Amino acid sequence: MLIELEKRKEPSKAMLYLTPVIAVIATMLTGAIIFSLIGHDGFGAVAKIFLAPLLDTYKWQDLGVKAAPLILIGVGLAIGFRANVWNIGAEGQYIMGGLAGTGVALATWGMTGWWILPLMCLAGIVGGAAYAGIPAFLKTRLNVNEILSSLMLTYVAIQVLYYLMRGPWKDPDGFNFPQTRLFTDDQILPTVIPSTVVHLGVPLAFLVAIIAWFVMSRSVFGFQIRVVGAAPAAARYGGFNTNKTIWAALLAGGGLAGFAGILEAAGPFGQMVPQFPTGYGFTAIIVAFLGRLHPIGIVLAGIILAITYVGGELAQSSIGLPAAATGVFQAMMLFFLLATDVLVKYRIKLASAVKAGDAA
Amino acid sequence: MSDDIKPRIELKGITKAFPGVLANDAVSFKVEPGEIHALLGENGAGKSTLVKMIYGIMQPDAGDIVWDGEPVMVANPKAARKMGVGMVFQHFSLFEAMTVLENIALGMDGSISQSKLEAKIRDVLHTYDLKLDPHRIVSTLSVGERQRIEIVRALLLEPQLLIMDEPTSVLTPQEVAQLFETLRRLSKTGCSILYISHKLHEIRDLCDAATILRGGKVVGECDPRKETPTSMAEMMIGGNLKQISKAASREFGDDRFIADGLTIAGEGDFGVALDDICFAVRAGEIFGIAGVAGNGQNELLLALSGEEPSSPADAIRLDSHAIAAMDAVGRRNLGLCAVPEERNGHGAVVDFSLTDNTILTARDRMELASNGIVHGGAATTFAGQIIDDFSVMTTGPGSLAGSLSGGNLQKFIMGREILQNPEVLIVSQPTWGVDAGAAAAIHQALVDLAENGSAILVISQDLDELLALCDRLAVINEGRLSKTLNVGEATIDEIGLLMGGVHGDPFATAEMTEAVHAH
Repeated sequence: MLIELEKRKEPSKAMLYLTPVIAVIATMLTGAIIFSLIGHDGFGAVAKIFLAPLLDTYKWQDLGVKAAPLILIGVGLAIGFRANVWNIGAEGQYIMGGLAGTGVALATWGMTGWWILPLMCLAGIVGGAAYAGIPAFLKTRLNVNEILSSLMLTYVAIQVLYYLMRGPWKDPDGFNFPQTRLFTDDQILPTVIPSTVVHLGVPLAFLVAIIAWFVMSRSVFGFQIRVVGAAPAAARYGGFNTNKTIWAALLAGGGLAGFAGILEAAGPFGQMVPQFPTGYGFTAIIVAFLGRLHPIGIVLAGIILAITYVGGELAQSSIGLPAAATGVFQAMMLFFLLATDVLVKYRIKLASAVKAGDAA
Repeated sequence: MSDDIKPRIELKGITKAFPGVLANDAVSFKVEPGEIHALLGENGAGKSTLVKMIYGIMQPDAGDIVWDGEPVMVANPKAARKMGVGMVFQHFSLFEAMTVLENIALGMDGSISQSKLEAKIRDVLHTYDLKLDPHRIVSTLSVGERQRIEIVRALLLEPQLLIMDEPTSVLTPQEVAQLFETLRRLSKTGCSILYISHKLHEIRDLCDAATILRGGKVVGECDPRKETPTSMAEMMIGGNLKQISKAASREFGDDRFIADGLTIAGEGDFGVALDDICFAVRAGEIFGIAGVAGNGQNELLLALSGEEPSSPADAIRLDSHAIAAMDAVGRRNLGLCAVPEERNGHGAVVDFSLTDNTILTARDRMELASNGIVHGGAATTFAGQIIDDFSVMTTGPGSLAGSLSGGNLQKFIMGREILQNPEVLIVSQPTWGVDAGAAAAIHQALVDLAENGSAILVISQDLDELLALCDRLAVINEGRLSKTLNVGEATIDEIGLLMGGVHGDPFATAEMTEAVHAH
């Protein structure tokens, strides 16, 4: 008997939805085995990471707060990925969005007015989009690979953040700590559910996902993005400009990452600190793929990845699992997803090895 | 041929299955020594699969191959060559920057000194009266000469059976005549030839016997010399061949679609530029552009359809509009639709549904989208209309374009453009890889569209198609367009000479230089 992969006539719809589930289950099983082998309670760890945050209703608010930036960034990245534009520098765009919004906050410090927060958000979106504009410019003008340029710009953004925190934007009353002033009341996102940490950014993230769903499935722009990704020659034939699409995809991804950045700064952080980059921009890549590049799938995937963050913290404090465990689980999820992806287009066939020689 | 001579090769019940298709279903036939045997069938009938098994590239699931009376198992092409089978593929495998001799040396199974090999090559060239200089660099050779290298390569092994897969699809009529001469000489030495083609008049000229395949099965055998092309075509498609019905005398209107000094600089090192292209297609006329592949047809289609806008703007005109600088959307809104040669990924997106594929080009003209929003219902209706009007075999508008057979997808694409009722339709290779039934339907649709007053430009390498379809034609060679010929008056010889053009001169030299520099 041989295991063979046989091409399906049409990609399997069922597998399209099933493989993310398979990937999550395989991640849980493999994780349990690995952590058992290195001397932890593997199954306990998996239960702590994946189930505890769901069973503990008090943790739900944390899930929402963690999922919001992942969903926002993931939705933006998915637009690019659909167009075969591989922006993997969302982390940098997230930082730049956060910094741009912080800049507005510092400039309006001491002022009051309802307009301050929207202006900060706008600055965040523009900041993230502008930063993504650099790889777009390099790609369309000089044909520079956007994977490399966007990734490397992330490290530039981190250095910019460190410079601003230690220099010009340092809180003058902050005992020389490298961080900005605390944002004022007009600069902080209001909470939407009283006596929780759920801020306005959480419903906004869901709203953005729904809008993106509509745009991608119903608009000519969404069609353009999908055609450019699926068949560039057909896109040109249909009259869609590839360079404009690259710009649009990168600006959308950067804009949403920047928006997520300022929502984090004006939400959970309430100021800008050097610890601001937490890897949401990278984890959102996993979110985008686990959600099948579909905005609604990305909402679900964002929640699943949020579970691993919250559960990872729980497992650290309660059973002493190393902090890196969260990263291991997240990476395994992407690994298994990519590995099982083959089942969408192929089926597994157990073939008996009949050689032509037997028949002759 | 007497009965006591064993056939050179006999296939008995050869069966080969691929996922979802039975490529060969109990195929049996035999080829006598010295016979030129045609293997005839439409695209997808299983011809290529069958010869790949004879040449050892793949193995049958069931059935026997009998060689000179002995059952054999052909494990790989090397074993096939050892047995005495030679094969000339449709696509050549040659290194452009090397000489003929070096290319042949690379393909030899054993090692042999250059001088001995050259002597053997000259011997073969002399025996079969083939013209080829062993020291020429391949990039300087015409397609016909390149094919000769492949033939020499096969003949050096003194084959008992030579398989030729669609050998004439890239040749001019004159080159075809030379090839046939070589093959006839070869068959007189006792070598059998298995000749794969769907060009019926060639088979009638050349072959002694024919086996006809349809849907992987042998559906008939015949002596092509006693058949007509129509009778063989009907055996091949298993039904009556519809002739194009074309009104005998048609009135043409004014010049509707005009290229006037269209010049495009070549892209990349090996690209063919367009040089001062001039033609005019009248309303109601079908205008053909003939030529061997790779002489600028792709660039011409891209420039005319608007995928590659060019300047000056009046180098291409539609009625009174100067359109050369417009993009594809702008031209489509003026009524210019186009169908590219490649269906998969150019004319259609294979991963998209048929409905989504209508949005690709018909969104404005058919009002499938407005204010940036796609109207899914209208698109589905339009896709359904195409499927009905053009008899596209599919499960419905929701099925993926990639799930359709080549012929059906081509009918869908043609239908999508024709139902937009274009003023000008540009079509490249309208029936490339399409079965005869679908080809007839596509041809008829083009004729009907022209009768409604549209100007139609057909770019094709299939001369028979152009002669049947067009009112006038011109020949493209190395990016230059010949004078316009009236189809009724042009001779095949004249067109063939234009297709051959002035091969090998300035362009070829530049190409050779580039090839040398690349190393």
